[in-house]
Amino acid sequence: MTMSVSMRSRAPYLFILPFFAVFGFVVVYPLIYNGYLALFDWDLLDDSPAFVGFGNYAALLTDERFGRAVVNTLSLVALTTVPQLVIAIGLAALLDTRRIASRWEIGILLPCAMSLVAVAIVFANLFGPRFGLVNDALTAVGLDPVDWQADRFAAHLAIASMVDWRWTGYNALIVLAALRAVPREPHEAALLDGAGPMRRFTSVTLPLLRPTLVFVAVTSTVGGLQIFTEPKLFDMLPGANGGARGQFQTVTLYLYQAAFEDRHLGYAAAIACVLFVVIGLLAWVNYRVTRALAR
Amino acid sequence: MHRRVWKCLVIVVVAALFSASCGTGAAQGRITLTVATFSEFGYDELIPEYEAAHPGIRVVQERTGQGGPYHDQLFTRLGAGSGLGDVVAVEEGHLSDVLAQARLFNDLTEIGPADVKADRWLDWKYQAGRARNGALIGYGTDIGPLAMCYRRDLLDAAGLPSDPESVKSLFATWDSYFAAGDTFHARTGKAWFDSDSQIFNAMQNQLPTGYFDTDDRLVIDTEPAIRHNWDAVTAAGARGQSAGLTAFSTDWDAGFAAGAFATKTCPSWMLGVIKAKAGADNAGKWAVTDAFPGGGGNWGGSYLAVPKQSKHPREAAELAAWLTAPQQQIRAFAKTGNFPSQTAALDSPELLGTVDAYFGGTRTGELFAARARQVGKAQYKGPGDGRIQENVMAPALHAVEQGEPPEQGWQQAVEGARRIAR
Repeated sequence: MTMSVSMRSRAPYLFILPFFAVFGFVVVYPLIYNGYLALFDWDLLDDSPAFVGFGNYAALLTDERFGRAVVNTLSLVALTTVPQLVIAIGLAALLDTRRIASRWEIGILLPCAMSLVAVAIVFANLFGPRFGLVNDALTAVGLDPVDWQADRFAAHLAIASMVDWRWTGYNALIVLAALRAVPREPHEAALLDGAGPMRRFTSVTLPLLRPTLVFVAVTSTVGGLQIFTEPKLFDMLPGANGGARGQFQTVTLYLYQAAFEDRHLGYAAAIACVLFVVIGLLAWVNYRVTRALAR
Repeated sequence: MHRRVWKCLVIVVVAALFSASCGTGAAQGRITLTVATFSEFGYDELIPEYEAAHPGIRVVQERTGQGGPYHDQLFTRLGAGSGLGDVVAVEEGHLSDVLAQARLFNDLTEIGPADVKADRWLDWKYQAGRARNGALIGYGTDIGPLAMCYRRDLLDAAGLPSDPESVKSLFATWDSYFAAGDTFHARTGKAWFDSDSQIFNAMQNQLPTGYFDTDDRLVIDTEPAIRHNWDAVTAAGARGQSAGLTAFSTDWDAGFAAGAFATKTCPSWMLGVIKAKAGADNAGKWAVTDAFPGGGGNWGGSYLAVPKQSKHPREAAELAAWLTAPQQQIRAFAKTGNFPSQTAALDSPELLGTVDAYFGGTRTGELFAARARQVGKAQYKGPGDGRIQENVMAPALHAVEQGEPPEQGWQQAVEGARRIAR
């Protein structure tokens, strides 16, 4: 069988065409349309939306609720990224030194494989303000029960614990892979210089892990900026979106509320655009930092 | 080799076309009607019967588990202009938003069977399904007439009357209800009701108009009765009458089992919820009585509507009319406990004979049929009324239960309502 030259050169494009067609249809087009939508005062069921230019963005700047959602989101990002990073390094070091059987490596991945909805419902139950297991445990040791729904910081902690529980194992495996790729020579050199195990870990291993750690930090930051399901299902009120006073409302939850409850599609689209830019900026910072470190 | 390339492409294209064509499937002159419902309407056995009686029609049920996502999707598809079923269920709480978009639905008095008259339904149920221009948007399916449920043993412990007859005096008016709550709380230290918003919603629904007047102007901050109810409920809550347990949360479930509150506003379908949450251990402790503070009321129940998107509106209306006929709704009631809204169904011996052993052998069918006739005139609900109740008032009242000053909670409520009304 023979193949014409033109066919041979076109075939690869034909093969990747389905991907780009789908990508264009479900990603690029909505993205552009979203930017267009953000310029209108558009009710979900409205036939004649009014053009407002950058009015939605201007309104966002003075919107207290948006400000609160941004603060909540940043707080959740901090509470999810930092503990995840620290615990993941610890777990990875433990798995590396002890030569623990590989079933443990699989074991720490299990939370990640669980249905997010199931996890959120179980955690909401555990952290129930009146009849939750966590409060039962607190009162059993003589502490005051905490209102995990009403108290802003307590709610953030409860939601972050859910995220951390789910993703720490996954990040630990990534760190573990990097750890096993660390060359032995610098370690041996440090050993000869008389450095103890702790010193060798902080002065030799950690610097060599830096690119991986940046990757883990940035992916969990981007994930943290998009947290939606955890606070939505943690909320005891079906009609609220992140607490009775929005005490744990994230930016994505506010977006959802603006679009599907207040039905201000244009405003919601503007929120999405701002979020897109923030995440894009972070990805760019990630790229620069990783490249600088890799040199 | 290039043959293989083309073969692959052909397979991809054929697969895409095949999956795309599945949705349209009108086979040999037979038309397909889609009925979209949520939760459980009890139509599984009825639909094959309808198909057998109408050989030219195939009926597909499209069921969503939860009402919330179902209605989100309903409104998104309404906005998109396609994707809705031929017959769509609309829950009472979302009805105001549907009526505000009456132009997107068929007037069932125009396209529905001529023999379906207003007197098929309770008047308030029928009237609530009509848009401002008089068009009938939905045929009523079921209702949730309100009675009062209470813990017999807890009322006994507080020295309050507890048998279904004498307890009625406690539930005569909202004033007597809150007064009894104070007595109960003083003697037992326990909460009287589950949460502020459950009480507030019932009071709000008894007002002549909802959050909007009949010109669709938001009246939340100009109608004194709304503020009066807010003050009465939040004050009672602050005096310890509210357990602060949000309805349908896991803590609320646990509250039933633990006996954390003594009374519950009780639409007919709540009996099943109480049984499930309070469990067999508490059998006989809960009772239900034919009374409700301030008269009566309704919580829940649905309508079947035919959107303009439907390609077979007349056939769809005929199906909806059949499904909401008394004979069919009585069978749905037997299967699911959804209380029928049709006057003939309310007189049927099957319904009137229903007895509930869990609630001390009360004749619950008779009781709720009487409650259904106690519901006053249908309240006018402007666009967004249901969303204000669910997304604004409930969170604001809960914020007060969580310690926010009532005045600040009220501000939150007014601002939220303005955002939705816009």
